[in-house]
Amino acid sequence: MTTTDRSVSLTGRAHARPVRPAPSGVSRAARTRRKWYEIIGLTGPALIVFTVFVLSPIVFAVYYSLYKWGGYGWPTDFRGLDNYFGEYGAFRDPIFRDALRNNGIILVGSLAIQGPLALAIALLLNRRFRGRSAFRLLVFVPYVLSQVTIGIMWQLILLRAGSANVILTDLGLGSLTTGWLANLHVVIWTMLFILTWTYTGFAIILFLAGLANIPDELMEAAAIDGASWWQTQRHVTIPMLGSTIRIWMFLSMIGSLQVFDVLWVASTPAVRSLGASNSMATYMVDHGFNQREWGYGNAVAVIMFVISFVAALLFQRFVLRRDVDGALTGRKS
Amino acid sequence: MAATVALPNTTNERRTVKWGSPLTYFLALVVSAISIGPVIYVILGGFRTTGQIAANPAGLPHPWVWSTYSNVVTQPRFWHELVNSTLIAVCTTLGVVVLGVCAAFVLARYRFRGREAMYTYFTVGLLFPAAAGILPLYLLLRDLSLANTYVGVIIPQVAFQLPLTIVILRPFLAAFPSELEDAAFLDGAGRLGFFWRVLLPLSRPALVTVAILAFVTSWNSFLLPLLVLQDENLHTLPLGVLNFSTEHSQDTAGILAFTSLAMMPALLFFSFAERQIVGGIQGAVKG
Repeated sequence: MTTTDRSVSLTGRAHARPVRPAPSGVSRAARTRRKWYEIIGLTGPALIVFTVFVLSPIVFAVYYSLYKWGGYGWPTDFRGLDNYFGEYGAFRDPIFRDALRNNGIILVGSLAIQGPLALAIALLLNRRFRGRSAFRLLVFVPYVLSQVTIGIMWQLILLRAGSANVILTDLGLGSLTTGWLANLHVVIWTMLFILTWTYTGFAIILFLAGLANIPDELMEAAAIDGASWWQTQRHVTIPMLGSTIRIWMFLSMIGSLQVFDVLWVASTPAVRSLGASNSMATYMVDHGFNQREWGYGNAVAVIMFVISFVAALLFQRFVLRRDVDGALTGRKS
Repeated sequence: MAATVALPNTTNERRTVKWGSPLTYFLALVVSAISIGPVIYVILGGFRTTGQIAANPAGLPHPWVWSTYSNVVTQPRFWHELVNSTLIAVCTTLGVVVLGVCAAFVLARYRFRGREAMYTYFTVGLLFPAAAGILPLYLLLRDLSLANTYVGVIIPQVAFQLPLTIVILRPFLAAFPSELEDAAFLDGAGRLGFFWRVLLPLSRPALVTVAILAFVTSWNSFLLPLLVLQDENLHTLPLGVLNFSTEHSQDTAGILAFTSLAMMPALLFFSFAERQIVGGIQGAVKG
């Protein structure tokens, strides 16, 4: 808080104090008590719901993960860290290591492909031309569809005898056809493609917002100075988009670490169970929920939580720092 | 091209939007085609027979078949799932907005010890994915007898959406000048009266934003309903699409028709509320 801020708010208060009607007979203590009642009454429901349904599950996950447990009664079969590092622990299971690798592919792939692609499209759609808003609308469509419908849709298109392979054959690229969802070496890249199709629109929405905040005068000045369109983008626009890009990277990272829906719907359990198209989340639900290995499933949940939380804190510490003051750091500057 | 664009820049460029270059349109068309091509394929596929699709997966309907769509529309399950999705999304939205705006109001306009700590506490929810807690959350709901109930999906969805809602609403509510509050006090309103009669009506744009974000998130959510709602009578549309595609795996045309009908509410909603959805996402990030 700067000194000017303080003086402004002080003068504001100075006018306010004398005229605020203090009901006679109500003591200062009673008013303070009333204020606390209001604070508790208004924030209480949100605090309780958030604590019970968002944070406490994480604590329970840590506890359950130390046991071998079928899910009923209190867990009693204490196994320490066996579910993590033991002979049959998650880190010793090659299928889980595949899941980690797949999350890594999706995370890096999303950042490396969606970012530049969305930036290019956003720069294109930021130019003024007739019909621009219609194009914008179309580009955002994938983002509003549920991932389940998207998964089913691409599943049908990418079947062995589906239209994707037919179109490839018609284009004379028949040698490229494959079982996009069945070929164990290809399927994770197919998933990355579907996710890219789904989320690039989201990145474009964010980037266009960032672009709208850049004053036109800046671009006009650059144009007057003889900069080409591309030079203007390269040296003026993109640098000013820095904070938007970093926030998008953060959201994309958290999203990539919990990717579930598309993998669950568009790839078969058999392909997943071989490790080709699973993620931490699908592996967790397969083992914990479907196979009732609750202790083990919760260990996977904890691993997922720790990876996301550490990545988020590191990203915030080193990359986001200045971008989200007040939002994620809880500090207003 | 660049020269013709640059010259009239200073005069009335803001009023009349010009045609772009052919290259701009070409690129924009390619990008749009990639975005909605698959969606159109699904919609058109519903008008073909499974035989037509098998014979030529990438063809157009010939002849057009309406029976597949009418079969889906006359099935009660589609409408049932539509109602379930709507009910859950509406209740989630109401819950998020009410709890969120109350908490954000206190965090924005009360001065008290621990305020920033409380805000940080809520924002922790943005630092890890909701999926990480989904297994113990399911067990908790089961033990509370909330498995297989609407409430068992609604309350956790409200909880998941609260951090983002508070992050959006707090700066908005804090931005109103304190003179406004003082004026309300002069008129004899208490803090709550100020909140109810002055701040809430003025906050409508921000409330619409968070409401729409909550609605879309709930409408599309999959993992939580998948675990919590075992009873098919409670299934939402995403679950319904998945059920249909596994049960009728030979009936490609049927799956396409069901999927495209399931897309319709989201597409219609989006075409009406595009401004708010896009604005909401953008506002959330500027937060």
